Amino acid sequence: MLLATLPALGLGRAQAAETPATAFAAVRPDYRISFPHDHGSHPEYRVEWWYVTGWLRSAGHPDRGFQITFFRARPRLTAGNPSRFNPEHVIIAHAAIADSRHGRLLHVQRAARQGFGLAGSETGNTRVWLDQWQLVRDGPRYRSVIAAPEMGLNLVMTPGQPPLLQGVQGYSRKGPGAESASHYYSIPHLRVAGELRAGGNVQAVTGEAWLDHEWSSSYLEPDAAGWDWMGINLADGGAVMAFRIRDRRGCTLWTGGAWRDAAGRTRNFRPEEVQLVPLRRWRSPRTGADYPVAFTVTAGPVEFSLEPLMDDQENDTRATTGAVYWEGAMRAYRQGREIGRGYLELTGYLRPLAI
Amino acid sequence: MIRAAWQALVGGPLRSSPGRTLLAVLAIACGIALGFSVHLVNASAAAEFRRAALQLAGEADLVIRGPRQGFDEMLYPRIAGLPGIAIASPALEFQASRTAAAPALKIIGIDALRARELQPALFAGEALPAIDLFDPDNILLSAAAARAFGVSTGDRLDFLAGTETVRLRVAAILPDGAYRQPLGIMDIAAAQWRFGMTGTLHRIDVRVEPQADMLSVQRSLQTLLPAGVHVLSPDAENRRSAALTRAYRTNLDMLALIALFTGAFVVYSTQTLAILRRRMQISLLRALGVSRPAVLGLLLGEGAAIGAAGGLIGIAAGGLLAHQLLAASGVDLGAGYFRQMQANLHVEPVTLVFFLLLGVVFAVIGTLAPALEISGLPPAQGLRAGDPAGQTPGSRPLRYGLAAIAGAALLLWLPHPGELPLPGYAAIALLLLGSVLVLPPVAIGLLRALPLQLPMPHALGLARLIATPRHVAISMSSILVSFSLVVAMLLMIHSFRTSLDTWLHQVLPADIHVRAASSGETGYLTPAVQQRITELPGLQRVEFLRSVNLLLHPQRPAMTLIARDPGDGGFARTLPLVDTPPALPEGSPPAAWISELVADVLQLRPGDRLLLPLGEQPQAWIVAGIWRDYARQNGAIVIDRADYIRLTGDLRINDLAAWLAPGVTVEAAADGIRHAIGNGSALDIADTRDIRRLSLAIFDRTFAVTWALQIAALAIGLLGVGLAFSAQALARRQEFGMLRHLGMTRREIAVMLAGEGALSSAVGALCGMACGGVIGLLLIRVINRQSFHWSMDLAVPWLLLPLLFCSIVLCAALAARCTAVLATRSEMTRAVREDW
Repeated sequence: MLLATLPALGLGRAQAAETPATAFAAVRPDYRISFPHDHGSHPEYRVEWWYVTGWLRSAGHPDRGFQITFFRARPRLTAGNPSRFNPEHVIIAHAAIADSRHGRLLHVQRAARQGFGLAGSETGNTRVWLDQWQLVRDGPRYRSVIAAPEMGLNLVMTPGQPPLLQGVQGYSRKGPGAESASHYYSIPHLRVAGELRAGGNVQAVTGEAWLDHEWSSSYLEPDAAGWDWMGINLADGGAVMAFRIRDRRGCTLWTGGAWRDAAGRTRNFRPEEVQLVPLRRWRSPRTGADYPVAFTVTAGPVEFSLEPLMDDQENDTRATTGAVYWEGAMRAYRQGREIGRGYLELTGYLRPLAI
Repeated sequence: MIRAAWQALVGGPLRSSPGRTLLAVLAIACGIALGFSVHLVNASAAAEFRRAALQLAGEADLVIRGPRQGFDEMLYPRIAGLPGIAIASPALEFQASRTAAAPALKIIGIDALRARELQPALFAGEALPAIDLFDPDNILLSAAAARAFGVSTGDRLDFLAGTETVRLRVAAILPDGAYRQPLGIMDIAAAQWRFGMTGTLHRIDVRVEPQADMLSVQRSLQTLLPAGVHVLSPDAENRRSAALTRAYRTNLDMLALIALFTGAFVVYSTQTLAILRRRMQISLLRALGVSRPAVLGLLLGEGAAIGAAGGLIGIAAGGLLAHQLLAASGVDLGAGYFRQMQANLHVEPVTLVFFLLLGVVFAVIGTLAPALEISGLPPAQGLRAGDPAGQTPGSRPLRYGLAAIAGAALLLWLPHPGELPLPGYAAIALLLLGSVLVLPPVAIGLLRALPLQLPMPHALGLARLIATPRHVAISMSSILVSFSLVVAMLLMIHSFRTSLDTWLHQVLPADIHVRAASSGETGYLTPAVQQRITELPGLQRVEFLRSVNLLLHPQRPAMTLIARDPGDGGFARTLPLVDTPPALPEGSPPAAWISELVADVLQLRPGDRLLLPLGEQPQAWIVAGIWRDYARQNGAIVIDRADYIRLTGDLRINDLAAWLAPGVTVEAAADGIRHAIGNGSALDIADTRDIRRLSLAIFDRTFAVTWALQIAALAIGLLGVGLAFSAQALARRQEFGMLRHLGMTRREIAVMLAGEGALSSAVGALCGMACGGVIGLLLIRVINRQSFHWSMDLAVPWLLLPLLFCSIVLCAALAARCTAVLATRSEMTRAVREDW
């Protein structure tokens, strides 16, 4: 689960050597994730996100997808600025609702520099907020509020399973180079209850979600253009995550993923074990980007096909992160039978994610 | 019948003497053109002002704004967290001084992530890449600023913070549409850091939740704000910035209207003469059964047609003129309010119609009096031979005239709305009208009373003048109207200039004056630098000055607070006070010396208390005296710098004045000061004599536009004389023929006419001088006081006035002679037969 680019924030800009600039902590294979500390923010790393995706049910409405993301990004700055406005961290939040009746995403975005108590992220436990928007870990539960004129979400999410550490003990490689990696864990099968507001219409909702928490200082290989990522809650209680990093020619640069079966046994995939074969493409009438919106997925012993809730789940966040991507609610099928639900993320299809 | 009447009254005369009609049309066109172009340029400037203010406010519902030195940034989270506030976008906004003598640039420090929501113009497309903003070396320039400084992306620009140089890189240039005015945009943190403004903000733009009640949000905001910080709607902000220049713009509009008034007067004179000449035709038509209203309608229709034609030509010419003015010098008409501003010609259809109607109305007014009179004449009387102009004017005009003058006096007691001295201008119009009406009896009385023993042709001319007051009245009143306007303006400008000169000597007593930067607000001198300057051997005495600004009144632009050393004998001696200050009671709060504008706007007299938002809590001050300030048009308050430092702890200064030790040259002293500062290249060190010279030059430039108006008025006046005499000459052909038969030569007749012209214009100019004197006093004591809140001492240009008087009399004599000779070139002798 990725969105490392944030080019608009100048994360990738090399600074002139003579000015002392921000230094970032490196991702290390020997880092051991420990809770609850690692639920919290890691301000010494360059970029970090908490990413919740899931499906919601409500009376009298077809099932809907939702996505809530909080990013913390640390721009490279010239040292010595005493201003309270100095943007040592920037908090960005996105939220979207995928409603097949609406035909495309209803999405909102916001960004602010950390400070003045108005936006920030805490260490020690999950608490990240931007004005009234927030994602907070409160006891075992997560609580999230998104309140915009167009839409609102007020959800309580309760884990039913322990966190799933991705990669090797949460050290997740993103490319052939050892430094292209992140610290990464997921919490699948979150039970969701709360309210959804679209327009002026408030509805009680329940559902199931997936949380990713990931932090890094050097995410992608220079040659990488984007990725295809999926996280699926399987109906039998299992969970599968698979991703592929694409290079600028569209070829697979790296793959990865993990499967936790219904009994709780986890298996990490070797790069050659993950194969994503596009089944169908959809071209965005707004941006012209051409996305593969359905896949046949082979990840080790797990095989299924992935179909979107609807084709148009493109998310234009150029105003905050500079990226246009596709982030959609998906159903997984095996032999025509639904075996799970989750989310698919496709980045770098409009133009390569510049790092 | 009406067709025949039209033919007789309008069509025929128009064809037979197109020149006269053309003159009337041109006179109206001239007035309209002047008025329209001045109005257009002003309206374009005002519209541009508004657009710029609105563009800066973006989509904010409310703007919280503090004084120039800003307010505590911790206000921002308190406001952002207030219920009902959807978005709060903090900003710095200041005039950044440049190193060298380059003009300052307005820099806005924004939090792009917050401003994004309120400034769609800035973020349209990918106009503002946030990437460039976080870098504290970067600045984005509006296209206008890039043009003004001649820089492009990647270039460096040097600014001034204190005496330190801040070097910024032009990271990008915004597209033309984003901001039209010269403007730089930086990140708020970068701006705070680089310009030494950490901890302060200048404004917070606020968007209110859609369902929240704007007024209650505004009220709860206001309770949060410290003194001197105000919450305004962008509209109110707008009105405030427009108020800054409204008085100036209105006065220019009024001056242009005066040109139109003179134009109407030309219509009056041409129409009067034309109607007198058509007396027979009109009476015949009346005898044939055309009703009085029909005749009146036709004559007024003719006037309206002249007005419409003049209006159309005037609008075209005025539009062209305004276009040229905008292209050549921008919207600034000389006063400096709109310098650096670019604007497009801003024409609204309503304005076009208004000026067209104005032309028609003035022309109809000009026609009204003679048309009423002739159509009221019994046909039998009108058909009788003889020149009705010879009739002695009745007492009615005299009474009306006196009533108008009395009305003018009464108007001055009326309150004026805002800063628009409308009653004052109405009084001037009434006074002119009254003088014109009163003139004929006064003039004849004057001519009769004069013990003139003139040689032959002139004695004849004098007799003729006394005997035909109607003809005389017209040429005389042309001169009266135009000359009185010129005299009034001269008197006002001369008084103003003299007062300014005296004032400059009073406020600039030292030998040199030093400013931390030639323009902008970010240059200042630290206490260490001040110490080094004080110790310079070449300086006998140094006075320091700190100027900040204060928002004392939410509807007014910020006033300037000047904290300076009182100097020799205290402020009572060193400030250009309006009156002797009263002795203050023992134990009074510290003294504040306020400028006339502050006294007017805040309604303060010496001895009153005044709260100033300085330091932690607003402090009470006592108004010690009122002084005259021509420099700061938004008001200024002078306090002792010691009091200022005690309250604020601010030891920085913007300006200093220094007296040189004997034998030290200005150059040597300047070098010493620059050396003491180290980075002294940005200092603006001026010889006081240069400042005075420059100030007077600026003054002259400001009033340059009034010279155009004066010349236009004089030209129109002389045109009136020429017109009157040419018309008279035609009417008097029989008389001339008779004189020729009696043995006078052509030359003698011409001399006689020149004498008549000189004599009548002399009388007109004398009365004009009197009337202009009164109008000048009105301009000085009423109009200027009400619109700009400054007083001035009356000073009469004793040399210029007589010179002008003589030249106008000479010009009038020449005009009379030439036009009359031209009009009577055909054989005069034969004309005697005409009426027999």
